[in-house]
Amino acid sequence: MKTKSKLIKPYTKKSFITYALLIAVFTIVQLILNFGKMSFMMQSLLVPLCVYSILAVSLNLTVGILGELSLGQAGFMCIGAYSGALFSSLMKEAIPEAMVRFPIAILLGGLCAALFGVLIGIPVLRLRGDYLAIVTLAFGEIIKNICASLYLGKDAEGFHLSIKSAADMNMAPDGKMIINGALGLNGTPKDSNFTVAFIILLITVIIAYNFVYSRTGRAVMSIRDNRIAAESVGLNITKYKLITFGLTAFLAGVAGVIYSHNFSTLQASKFDYNMSILILVFVVLGGIGSIRGSVIAAVVLTLIPELLRETIGNYRMLFYAVILIAMMLVTSNSKLKGRITAYTNKLKGLIKKEKKGEIK
Amino acid sequence: MALLEVKGLSINFGGLHAVDDFSIKIEKGELYGLIGPNGAGKTTFFNLITGVYKPTSGTILLDGKDITGKNTIQINKAGIARTFQNIRLFKELSVLDNVKAGLHNRYKYSTAEGIFRLPRFFKTEKAMDEEALRLLKVFDLDDEASVKASNLPYGKQRKLEIARALATKPKLLLLDEPAAGMNPHETAELMETIRFVRDNFDMTILLIEHDMSLVSVVCEKLSVLNFGQLLCEGETSTVLSNPEVITAYLGE
Ligand SMILES: Nc1ncnc2c1ncn2[C@@H]1O[C@H](COP(=O)(O)OP(=O)(O)OP(=O)(O)O)[C@@H](O)[C@H]1O
Ligand SMILES: [Mg+2]
Repeated sequence: MKTKSKLIKPYTKKSFITYALLIAVFTIVQLILNFGKMSFMMQSLLVPLCVYSILAVSLNLTVGILGELSLGQAGFMCIGAYSGALFSSLMKEAIPEAMVRFPIAILLGGLCAALFGVLIGIPVLRLRGDYLAIVTLAFGEIIKNICASLYLGKDAEGFHLSIKSAADMNMAPDGKMIINGALGLNGTPKDSNFTVAFIILLITVIIAYNFVYSRTGRAVMSIRDNRIAAESVGLNITKYKLITFGLTAFLAGVAGVIYSHNFSTLQASKFDYNMSILILVFVVLGGIGSIRGSVIAAVVLTLIPELLRETIGNYRMLFYAVILIAMMLVTSNSKLKGRITAYTNKLKGLIKKEKKGEIK
Repeated sequence: MALLEVKGLSINFGGLHAVDDFSIKIEKGELYGLIGPNGAGKTTFFNLITGVYKPTSGTILLDGKDITGKNTIQINKAGIARTFQNIRLFKELSVLDNVKAGLHNRYKYSTAEGIFRLPRFFKTEKAMDEEALRLLKVFDLDDEASVKASNLPYGKQRKLEIARALATKPKLLLLDEPAAGMNPHETAELMETIRFVRDNFDMTILLIEHDMSLVSVVCEKLSVLNFGQLLCEGETSTVLSNPEVITAYLGE
């Protein structure tokens, strides 16, 4: 059964190379950390790098696998961040053990975001055309603004909620502010760290690969490639679009929870339109549909401006723009792309020849 | 009881009677041809009985069940599968995955079982691989199982579409110009395959075709459409020698 092993190979190979790469990078970073050789700035970037990678991989499921454009990644992240952080700060005393509390917060944040994803998806994903982009764009901004005007406090009488002002809550003066409007959420336990964030990233990547290479993923890609043919073989279009979009929202929510537990204060203004666009840039430049590419693009494109900040200061955004344009040209220009694949194929050929020589 | 019985089927596209009071009756196991000049409404008829368009009037019975007005997905589940005049493959998927997409509703496990790689994932995928390869073998495509569908040559793409349709295990298979763009050698091969499918899969086949050499050899019965209306129907040889048919279609 020669054909069979050939069929299963491409997936296992691709995914396991990615897992191995991730674990290798993680090990190297840990080593550098242990030897105390990492700058403080770099250390502070480790968790955000994982968060952005999760966001990019999750968005790639909707953009690359389903073929729908979503601009609401920051909105789902915001929902996850707020619901997870709220849970943790309320449960700090009830569940003092972070090892128990944090996984619950992560699941809760993911589920809240997924719920919103499905609620938006049900009306919008039935339509043909780019409605999802428009609706998710509006959704993200609405969520951000609602969260930024949210006031929640607790006193002897119980909880007080308002979406107008702190005074509007009618809380006793000795009450405790939990969410303070645009100032956000205070006192979230710092449960995130690089190891946890990395593990969640690894799980996300595994989920993404397993999703794509399964019965559901095959249905989703069939719908992407040809909607009419997919219907003709009995694939339920709306169901599979909803599952994919819901999973994207879930993972974005999870990323939000990790993000919010990395700082003790959380402000909704972080989750704006620019964040959604940034994640989309990672997905596009990493290669639409390529999960490994999403992670690499998220890491490289987050690190570059920070590294440039250290070296060339104020000119960094200029260079960043140049790099973005260069990457865009390389990934979208078929002539350049062809030349690059020709080179890599040549390299691969050289390596293979050497290997063959070794065996004989 | 006829497998497919269509009565008085009509649809208008803004004043154009694309299909006009058309009726057809196909018995189980028949190899039936639908012919007619360009723009006669043949593809539109396929779109009507597969739920792509809703008829303005008329009824469609499949195996005695009324499927008029049902959507494409329901109709596929009821037992009609088709190919398209302009090939519609899942371009980015492998040849094997195209067929496995057709197997989707017959081999099931949940999304969660897939994500967490539970035993049913491995068991079901293995069974799907085997069935898909068996189908591909019929069309001599098993060696290309891992090739991207869009990289197949044209003739093989047409065959793959048939394999994908068969994967849904239909009662009735609709082929829209299966030989279009094929060279004579490929066409001859295709005729063999169509007969093989009918005999070995217990299939009823309705095909649209312009290639008269194929139609006259393969089809047992014919219906002729002209300007959306039935011009004549019956045994292939009788229909093809009908002078009305010759002037409307063959003589042009
Ligand atoms: N969605 C539509 N909207 C408007 N007109 C349509 C539509 N679909 C088909 N038609 C028209 O209906 C008529 C029949 O088209 P159809 O595609 O069924 O012809 P056909 O018999 O398959 O021809 P061919 O042999 O060229 O494939 C044509 O005049 C076509 O322009
Ligand atoms: Mg046609």
